[in-house]
Amino acid sequence: MYKYNDFDAAFVRERVAQFRGQVERRIDGSLTEDEFKPLRLMNGLYLQLHAYMLRVAVPYGTLNSAQMRQLAMIADRWDKGYGHFTTRQNIQYNWPELRDVPDILDALADVEMHAIQTSGNTIRNVTADHFAGAAADEIADPRPYAELLRQWSTDHPEFQFLPRKFKIAVTGAEADRAVIRAHDIGLQLVRNDAGEIGFRVLVGGGLGRTPMIGKVLTDYLPVADLLPYCEAIVSVYNLLGRRDNKYKARIKITVHENGIDQIRALVDERFARIRAEFSGVDQALLAEIQTAFAPPAFKTAETDGYEAARLANPAFRSWSDTNLTAHKADGYAIVSVSIKKHGATPGDATSDQMRALADIAETYGHDELRISHEQNVILPHVHQSDLPAVYAALRAADLATANIGLASDIIACPGMDYCALATARSIPIAQQIATRFDELKLEHEVGPLKIKISGCINACGHHHVGHIGILGLDRAGVENYQITLGGDGSEDAAIGERAGPGFSADEIIPAIERLVLGYLDLREDASETFLQAYRRLGAGPFKAVLYPDKEGARDAA
Amino acid sequence: MPKAFTPKVITANALLEGDAVWLTDDDRWSRDIAEAELLTDEAHAELRLLEASARQSEISGAYLADAQEGEAGPEPVHFREAFRTRGPSNYPHGKQTRA
Repeated sequence: MYKYNDFDAAFVRERVAQFRGQVERRIDGSLTEDEFKPLRLMNGLYLQLHAYMLRVAVPYGTLNSAQMRQLAMIADRWDKGYGHFTTRQNIQYNWPELRDVPDILDALADVEMHAIQTSGNTIRNVTADHFAGAAADEIADPRPYAELLRQWSTDHPEFQFLPRKFKIAVTGAEADRAVIRAHDIGLQLVRNDAGEIGFRVLVGGGLGRTPMIGKVLTDYLPVADLLPYCEAIVSVYNLLGRRDNKYKARIKITVHENGIDQIRALVDERFARIRAEFSGVDQALLAEIQTAFAPPAFKTAETDGYEAARLANPAFRSWSDTNLTAHKADGYAIVSVSIKKHGATPGDATSDQMRALADIAETYGHDELRISHEQNVILPHVHQSDLPAVYAALRAADLATANIGLASDIIACPGMDYCALATARSIPIAQQIATRFDELKLEHEVGPLKIKISGCINACGHHHVGHIGILGLDRAGVENYQITLGGDGSEDAAIGERAGPGFSADEIIPAIERLVLGYLDLREDASETFLQAYRRLGAGPFKAVLYPDKEGARDAA
Repeated sequence: MPKAFTPKVITANALLEGDAVWLTDDDRWSRDIAEAELLTDEAHAELRLLEASARQSEISGAYLADAQEGEAGPEPVHFREAFRTRGPSNYPHGKQTRA
């Protein structure tokens, strides 16, 4: 794992000291809110419906046990004993008091963490495949490149006042677990014909009110050109991006309005001009960073105990069927810990659960943890022989829900329970859907299904790329929920299509139930997933079950 | 014709905790909307908002929110403002714990 050098440590401490002074001046009245707001946002501090919210970056979603324990300590000491993991691999505290925030930031700095650039029109936390460094299908670990990008983008003087926020995601595998096609820049590690590693670079993806799938800017970029090329993209956007209209300011609109060919020509021109300024220091830095991401010392052990435990314990078998993913090392597995217990708030972990996860990672997981954009926690390196013990420890912490990738593994933004931008609540809808599917005992039969809920058009809950997307709106002073179908956040990315008129808060759970039960009748056999069935049949039959007595039925006829 | 003015209250977030507060007719910031001054005259409402916004060392982000007269005092009209009088629905946190 990357360790701060003296420069990193001094920079983060200095920012905390600056912010401490800014908070003092805000409290004594020498700064107005208008003056203070950009300063607090630069340090990840929002003001929401009921309280402040502090968004802490988890760079490319990677944590060690000491960091996780510190997050738990902060939750206990300065918040209400829990934290909320987000779709950008961050953690949010919903109840900090203004006066305490500088102390919280110092406590984060103690474990090499910060909240810098988790808000504002800057390059945000660089996200990565949560299975990075562990997945059997990856070309290389994308995190060294994500760390290089983090260092380059942090406090980058040219990019502190972009037209709008800017999000970069990196993956090392063809299977896209980082939703790179819905990012301002999406990077995928690929090999060229000579077998050398480089990047496929996508640009202009994004969700929000104008969802767009990213377009390929180049199919192969040599690794050595990563920073100058990204700098060329962001500086072209910085000049060309619209500042006249907040809703047209993201790079997806710049790309859409100018065309990918024009953007490519401008980026190439800019790249040619600045390439020489990168003298190779970045590559020396990258080499140093690479050593920090060397794989752990994988052990060898018998796996008979694992197989025996699977036979002996049906609950363990069910959990290991759903929550494990193939690891690149022999005898190892990637464990996805569901933070989606039926009826609980998606992504919320108590401080006790955080400490349990830290202990498990330290004892059985080479001290590594990941936060996934799907709001779960990953133990990337667990030997199969340790899985029964890991499962027992997770059960003891109420973290053994066997639902990864199933109907109740729902992404939900905080919605109007917390967020000042929200137009409706998300969390109660997610809670009720998960509870209902638990009652029906059907989700394992239903199989892979991604339900994603956003409480406003900004789409933090990724509803556009949910197989079933739910968007909460305010319709004439009442919460109303619109359904989209057929979205996909994977390498086959697609934006979901609106199914029809929205549903009230009372109607939305039965509507989702009709949809899922309808799918069971429509699928060819148990191997055809919801998304596959939707792609084969089109929207018609799904609309017919969703609107049994309305126009949807006529569409299908 | 301009839309008729509907009654309003002035609300904001308390500077230190961020908790929702409402301006009373005796110039206090109350944590209870029922104590708020119900503003029925548009010009007076705009003036009160100016005065409220000037109190920067006490609050952030003052604005006018629709309200109606209830039995115990002003009540919210929109569900967003109703949530602000209670707290989140997923935990018993916020104002509802002090009710």
